[in-house]
Amino acid sequence: MDRLLEQIPRFFTWDNIRLLLEAAWVTLGMTLTGCIIGFGLAFVLVYLRQTPGLWALPLRVVCVTYVEFFRRIPFLVIVYLVLFFIQALTPNASLFTIAVIAICLYSVAYTADIIRGGLESVPHTQVEAARTMNMSRFQTTVMVVLPQAWPVIIPPAIAFAVSFIKDTALVSQIGVFELTFRGKELNNQGYSGVLVFGTIALFYFALSFPLTLLGQHLEKRLATPRGQRSARKIRQS
Amino acid sequence: MPHLAVNAVRAKYGSHEVLRGIDLSIEKGEIAALIGPSGSGKSTVLRALVGLTPITGGQVEIAGQSIDYRNAGSVRAARDRMAIVFQQYNLFQNMTVMQNVTLAPVKIKHRPRAEVEAEARRLLDVVGLGDKHASYPDQLSGGQQQRVAIARALALQPQILLLDEVTSALDPELVTEVLDAIRRLAADGMTMIIVSHEMAFVREVADKVVFMDQGEIIEAGSPKDMFDNPKTDRAHDFFSKILRH
Repeated sequence: MDRLLEQIPRFFTWDNIRLLLEAAWVTLGMTLTGCIIGFGLAFVLVYLRQTPGLWALPLRVVCVTYVEFFRRIPFLVIVYLVLFFIQALTPNASLFTIAVIAICLYSVAYTADIIRGGLESVPHTQVEAARTMNMSRFQTTVMVVLPQAWPVIIPPAIAFAVSFIKDTALVSQIGVFELTFRGKELNNQGYSGVLVFGTIALFYFALSFPLTLLGQHLEKRLATPRGQRSARKIRQS
Repeated sequence: MPHLAVNAVRAKYGSHEVLRGIDLSIEKGEIAALIGPSGSGKSTVLRALVGLTPITGGQVEIAGQSIDYRNAGSVRAARDRMAIVFQQYNLFQNMTVMQNVTLAPVKIKHRPRAEVEAEARRLLDVVGLGDKHASYPDQLSGGQQQRVAIARALALQPQILLLDEVTSALDPELVTEVLDAIRRLAADGMTMIIVSHEMAFVREVADKVVFMDQGEIIEAGSPKDMFDNPKTDRAHDFFSKILRH
């Protein structure tokens, strides 16, 4: 305990804090980049998965298999898989890129089911009405179904991203300079583990808490038709 | 040549045959009413016509043009000529009244927005909702929503309007306003197929009454003949049951 107190002034130097701030930026950056790209790709996946017709059966099987496969393997294993696969292709790929790809692959599988649930929550009669007006499947999805599915999709999608910020600590295993990696580094330099990882914990909290609040705010706002309307008005103005 | 000719049309839900050879012919400007007990296939006829329920046999011709329901382009041509109004209105919940009415004409038929909006205003006036352009469906009563749905269907400029039990989901005091809107269309000479349980209304507006039971047409004729003097026992039974209360 004495050692810990004695270390505090030495630990909270501008250099160390800047190091951790940069690491927090890496954590946030790779998680958000991976999740946002993954979220977009998940839409494509869900749309392809819903392609009707016998000819599209292989396509549907591929989409379902992807989701079921990636949901059933540990994230760390995906990280290693991506690392070795990418390094075999391009030895110079940055570790950050590899981390983003891994996060992306994983978040596609998880958010695809969230999106599918959201789209399926919109009554099928809405789709029928659109189809009898000769709207295409794509037009129906974009103009009619998606706007009504957002309230169901957004809250769990944000909850997923928020919880994923913590799980990305695993990419420290391959040496990405994110928070947990820097924590281990500082710990190896002789700083007390309690001090270092206590600080790291606060950084993680500071990253995820505002996102949680944003998620709750959006959830409330999207929960009622009135809230959706005011959200639309704000977007339009 | 009839405007719409339906010939021996069949349809199945799974292994259950819901339409067992339907023949129907409707002239331009004519109003046909499909009546019969629930489950008789009335609504399925309308759904089959707009390609929502696949047909397993028979032919459909609109204005002399044969429709192939296995061909997407042909179905599109059919949907271009017909508009359907559903029992549950099915208005797009994420859009205002105006957006609901103008969406398909602007985005799908690529007509000029200004022209479509002027037309939409006129149609909403016709159904008595001139002051509700900016409302969302969930701010309207069922009767108002159904009248928006009728305006939305008319904005598509259909040659044939299909009305699927449009008053069945409404509270009794809201039925009249919707029926009034349809009466006005009838007076304008709109070709319509109406599925309805409102017998007094059917008798008033229909040119032809078609009685269906268990996926078949049992009897068809003028309202007067059908209501006053049904020839078949099944039609007779049906009328005596529903007209008793």
